[in-house]
Amino acid sequence: MNAAVMQQNAVAEKKEYWRWEETAWVAPDKDWRAAKILSCGIDVGSVSSQAVLMADGELYGYNSMRTGSNSPDSARNALAGVMDKCGMKQEDIHYVVGTGYGRVNVPFAHRAITEIACHARGANYMGGSRVRTILDMGGQDCKAIHCDEKGKVTNFLMNDKCAAGTGRGMEVISDLMQIPIAELGARSFEVDEEPPAVSSVCVVFAKSEALGLLKAGWTKNKVVASYCQAMAERVVSLMERIGVEREFFITGGIAKNPGVVKRIERIIGIEALKTEYDSQIAGALGAALFGYTLVQKGQAKQG
Amino acid sequence: MITAGIDMGSRSIKIVLLEDIQVEGAPQIKYGLKKPYLMLPGDLDADQAATIAFDNACREAGVDKGGVKRIYTTGAGRKQVAFATDSVTEMTAGAKGAVYLFPNVKTVVDVGAEEGRGIKADASGKATDFAGNEKCAAGAGSFAEAMSRALQLSLKEFGEYSLRSDKTIPMNAQCTVFAESEVVSLIHLNTPKEDIAKAVLDAVASRVCAMVRRVGIEKDVVLIGGMVHNVGFVASLKQAMDVDELLLPDHPEYVAALGCALLAAQTH
Repeated sequence: MNAAVMQQNAVAEKKEYWRWEETAWVAPDKDWRAAKILSCGIDVGSVSSQAVLMADGELYGYNSMRTGSNSPDSARNALAGVMDKCGMKQEDIHYVVGTGYGRVNVPFAHRAITEIACHARGANYMGGSRVRTILDMGGQDCKAIHCDEKGKVTNFLMNDKCAAGTGRGMEVISDLMQIPIAELGARSFEVDEEPPAVSSVCVVFAKSEALGLLKAGWTKNKVVASYCQAMAERVVSLMERIGVEREFFITGGIAKNPGVVKRIERIIGIEALKTEYDSQIAGALGAALFGYTLVQKGQAKQG
Repeated sequence: MITAGIDMGSRSIKIVLLEDIQVEGAPQIKYGLKKPYLMLPGDLDADQAATIAFDNACREAGVDKGGVKRIYTTGAGRKQVAFATDSVTEMTAGAKGAVYLFPNVKTVVDVGAEEGRGIKADASGKATDFAGNEKCAAGAGSFAEAMSRALQLSLKEFGEYSLRSDKTIPMNAQCTVFAESEVVSLIHLNTPKEDIAKAVLDAVASRVCAMVRRVGIEKDVVLIGGMVHNVGFVASLKQAMDVDELLLPDHPEYVAALGCALLAAQTH
């Protein structure tokens, strides 16, 4: 191996293909100072953290970033990221609801609500009152949720024991294939014919299976397609256990991966509702909505 | 009569050549134990790799390849060896080999690279029941391997480090992928490597133990498979199963291959 190639490989190794884009957004045409109630939802997940600001029950701004090594700092950083964009201070916010895996570790939250309830509420806002089935594909877990027309949870199932079918599993494959995570979906459709799913459920085994397939002459795209299909089959089996009812909505980071979403739609024969919002903020958005309602009802600890 | 047992594991190939000398019982092991086994080379298919391993084994044992009467295979790749006479499951082979080495064994625990299982064996070495998990890396050698990588310890050191700890830190994650992040956070919290190593091996042992419980833990208990080499795991497993004695073969990777060769010799 010559020096140039070795150097190239070294650079390739350092690149973090799994690293997804962190985003912050504030409604350009609104002013929070005019709002009566400012509520905030903080979703500290195992992989990503989001802060959502709502002005009078309308989405005002959000920030989505990677969860750090401790929950309180991740919560603070997520909120700071969006407040800095609009000159807001924490004391301007009337009510903060924490949710997600680290919800009890949001030091400035007035209340903690489970992410299942928040995702359903958020999906109800993002997809409308028609939404009945929600698939939340998060960083380290996957949930199938049923809700009513108000976004209230009626049933749910979750897998949080196994990386198969979660964002973390997708990150592993992205790193292994050295394809940026945001491109995986598109690449999975650049194949001559749709391959069968990788047979291993376990991400650790799927990794060795993927390497074997590459050695057997499969293209990277074909391996990615095969993995996306496996992931789709895996989450569909979870959804089918509680039943898929229209309309169907996907939240969480993997909603941004058409390679998985289109394959899920293909298997269940139902298209997921499209949304203009960032799918990763659903939990924090639901939390902020709960906060807004709580203030409205005068139940808030500070009114 | 010479027979061969080939264990086509997910990571490595183990071969035992057996000469049944027809006197006073015990067949003589011509090759296998004490010899290095062949790590499965990635660029060969299972059949090619098995051919190379078998050729080497025969040459080193001074056995004429054509003179091997029967060749039995076992392991994950057992169906992919074209020159094999027959194949048997890992459970059948493991039980046979273990009971041959330790005649009083009732329970065989087999922890290899990608699978862990508990096998119930009768006095003739027949597997009567088993419970295992082949779908998930938790409770198998690759879990420990991934964690030793995260800790930057060799597999040998990993076990030794674990023995030096008397702390019990529960691991929350079951999944290898999640556990890796958990280990990294423990490292960030300045938890001594000794304690992390023990936490990881306790976790594997508890998963394996749960599988063995499904068939019942009855004395004598033997542990076979590559994880025997991890002294920390052996200690954790002993504690998890709550047994005074856990039998350990001298060449734990070869037990299934030995069982295979024995089965091949006993076929009429």
